[in-house]
Amino acid sequence: MSEIKFTIDGKECTARAGQTIVEAAKANRIYIPVLCHFEGLKPAGTCRICTVRVGGRFMAACTTPVAEGMNVENNTPAIEDMRKEIIEMLFVEGNHMCPTCEKSGNCELQALGYRYKMMVPRFPYLWPQRSVIADAPKIYLDRNRCVQCLRCVRDVITSDGKHVFGVTMRGGKTLISIDKELAAKLTEEEAVKAMNQCPVGCILRKEIGFKIPIGQRKYDTKPIGSEIEG
Amino acid sequence: MGNLSEIVKKCADNYQKDPTKMLDVIRDVQAELGQVADDAIAEIAKQMNVSSIDVEGVVTFYHFFSKEPVGKYSVYLNNSAVAVMKGCYDIAKEFEKEAGCKFGEVSSDGKIGLHYTADIGMNDQEPSAIINDVIFTNLTSDKVKAIVADMKSGKKIQDTVKEFGDGNNQNALIKAMVKNNIQKTGAVLLAPFEPGTALKKAVSMTPEAVIEEMKISSLRGRGGAGFPTGMKWDYTRQSAGDKKYIVCNGDEGEPGTFKDRVLFTERAEMLFEGMAIGGYAIGADEGLLYLRGEYMYLKQYLENVLETMRKAGTLGKNAGGKSGFNFDIKIQMGAGAYICGEESALIESAEGKRGEPRNRPPFPAQRGFMGKPTSVNNVESFCSAARIMLEGGAWFAKMGTAQSKGTKLLSVSGDCKKPGIYEVEFGTTVQTLLEECDGRTAQAVQVGGPSGVCIDKSKYGNRICFDDLATGGSVIVIGPDRDILEVVHNFMEFFEEESCGWCTPCRAGNQLLLHKLEKVMHGHGTESDLQEMEKWCVTVKSMSRCGLGQTSPNPIQSTLKNFRGLYEAKIQKGKDFVTEFDMAAAVKESCAAAGRKPDLGEH
Repeated sequence: MSEIKFTIDGKECTARAGQTIVEAAKANRIYIPVLCHFEGLKPAGTCRICTVRVGGRFMAACTTPVAEGMNVENNTPAIEDMRKEIIEMLFVEGNHMCPTCEKSGNCELQALGYRYKMMVPRFPYLWPQRSVIADAPKIYLDRNRCVQCLRCVRDVITSDGKHVFGVTMRGGKTLISIDKELAAKLTEEEAVKAMNQCPVGCILRKEIGFKIPIGQRKYDTKPIGSEIEG
Repeated sequence: MGNLSEIVKKCADNYQKDPTKMLDVIRDVQAELGQVADDAIAEIAKQMNVSSIDVEGVVTFYHFFSKEPVGKYSVYLNNSAVAVMKGCYDIAKEFEKEAGCKFGEVSSDGKIGLHYTADIGMNDQEPSAIINDVIFTNLTSDKVKAIVADMKSGKKIQDTVKEFGDGNNQNALIKAMVKNNIQKTGAVLLAPFEPGTALKKAVSMTPEAVIEEMKISSLRGRGGAGFPTGMKWDYTRQSAGDKKYIVCNGDEGEPGTFKDRVLFTERAEMLFEGMAIGGYAIGADEGLLYLRGEYMYLKQYLENVLETMRKAGTLGKNAGGKSGFNFDIKIQMGAGAYICGEESALIESAEGKRGEPRNRPPFPAQRGFMGKPTSVNNVESFCSAARIMLEGGAWFAKMGTAQSKGTKLLSVSGDCKKPGIYEVEFGTTVQTLLEECDGRTAQAVQVGGPSGVCIDKSKYGNRICFDDLATGGSVIVIGPDRDILEVVHNFMEFFEEESCGWCTPCRAGNQLLLHKLEKVMHGHGTESDLQEMEKWCVTVKSMSRCGLGQTSPNPIQSTLKNFRGLYEAKIQKGKDFVTEFDMAAAVKESCAAAGRKPDLGEH
């Protein structure tokens, strides 16, 4: 495959044709923050944290293919602050109580909050009323924590192509929900997969809690992104 | 239960259980059952062989679908900005009084449901409402009394319409009280058109020559974005694909625009010929008109026009008399979602899904409807294309400005004496338009609808064209006595409601902007609130995925720029922060429950 030359914040990089900006940046050991992105899944571009600027235009780095001669602006103060605003928006539009959350330490939203040094969101809390779905046998959905990344919608699909998770409503009322009949048939493997690909503590496997103690979790010792930056 | 599954099965069978026909199936089920509750959703999922969560996703996405009962007669009263100016809330009170229930409710006998809806394309004849697909315009207290009496007596809703509008509104297949209000005709769109002629001319040329003619005309997309039509057709023609589609965006949902409604009513042949010309140019054999749900009352008429055109040989096998060019057009109804005016959201919706925009690339010209190369164009663009075939690209390009050729249909409404449709050459100034529509006292003009700009008097000399004041057609005149911030608030509520919810900045950002605007309007703001609002506008516009979020902060942003004094009059001077927390309001409910009066001290 042909090699593409491009730059990120002036640094010369190379990429394979067909790679997205996020993938190419990672291969060049440059961190572009992502949240809805999940390796192996078709990019959705829902969270917009990976927004970069190319040729004066803003675009999501996870859905935009890299092109020859592209000059990508990634780590500029203006873009970084807008990313921080997105993280803060996600915190205020849901109900996130990190200290009591099973996902604390493994949560990508929380880790981004730390990386971006979010002390307190600049936005007022919206305190939405969201119900918990607890009647599926293997998993439960605490939608207070959902960031609408759609990983579950994209990832958990039955062998005959049916969505187990889906999106309902629209605008500020948009809410992830579940097909109860299909959820009841989830295998152990699928249930664990659904939990593991959820970036926050929204989808959780029932009957397993705090298996790894807080303090020994993924982002407890190293900040998010350090695995790329080295 | 047996009955339910029979009804759903019948509805699904009518569309061969085709999942791309999901919107039609849901609409029919709702028409039968008066709602689409969980049991119906499960049954639809079973019949259509999809997961019930996907069906629920569609039902809860579109404004005209409902899990709750909508009433045997479901009244959808427009409460967009101009409707408010024209007194829609007085009309609402009248409906509530007569029907005996509040908006958002259904009368106790289940007969009458009262609902608000955002802009139904009747801004020049507000207040207006849709009741079971029938349009009621220029509503007055007396009219409401008569309508509700008729509904209570069980009369067929169509029979309550006694006066009809002009032109084809009187056609036996329309029979609507809607008026065209054509105030000014021009050379391109509202000049006489002889059916059959434009396509005949096009098929006498090669498809490449048709595209070349379009390029010479410099026609730019009339939905507002202004992408060159010839170039779009060229890209779609060059895309590899065994099948291609031409799609007409008939979802005009920008509050204040209603020009496509008039084209559907008076220039349907011209539109469909324009689509056939596009189909010929790109190499498509199928066209799709996506018609907004609000315009259901035009569907039968449009279907009949298509049938007449088939009989005349303009559509169907060897369309326009061109051997080997087979082209036909279908109509797909929308169900109430502003976002479906975005071309990729429209395609998703036409495939029977939630109207969420797609990520680009790929562009529709590469992979559009059903994954095939697709050209989506505006109603007015197709009509212009038909005229360009007849008169030539060079003729067209003589009109307008350097970057904007031809004429534009403007939908003028609000505080002017002559609201309606104006076909003007690009480059017309706002001042000229205000004189023509007799809206001389305007303190502001909203050009391009909520997603456009709100300009003050100092800019009335500016010209309507892509290089200056771009518009998809909506021009709202705001008179001297209006509270502009109320208009801005109405627009922001609209965007907050109409965001598809996919991406964070649009979904959360518009809620936060609305919240902040309310804080300032309620007198709890300071200068720093205005500055924060300005910054948040930039973030939402920069980070959002599609045109909705990229323009939704415009009402705030453009009024902060052009009418800053209005905001400054509302904020508290000399303070860095004012709390918006209202202790009395916060404890009101609990005090009422406990039956005591709060001691609020010095708050």
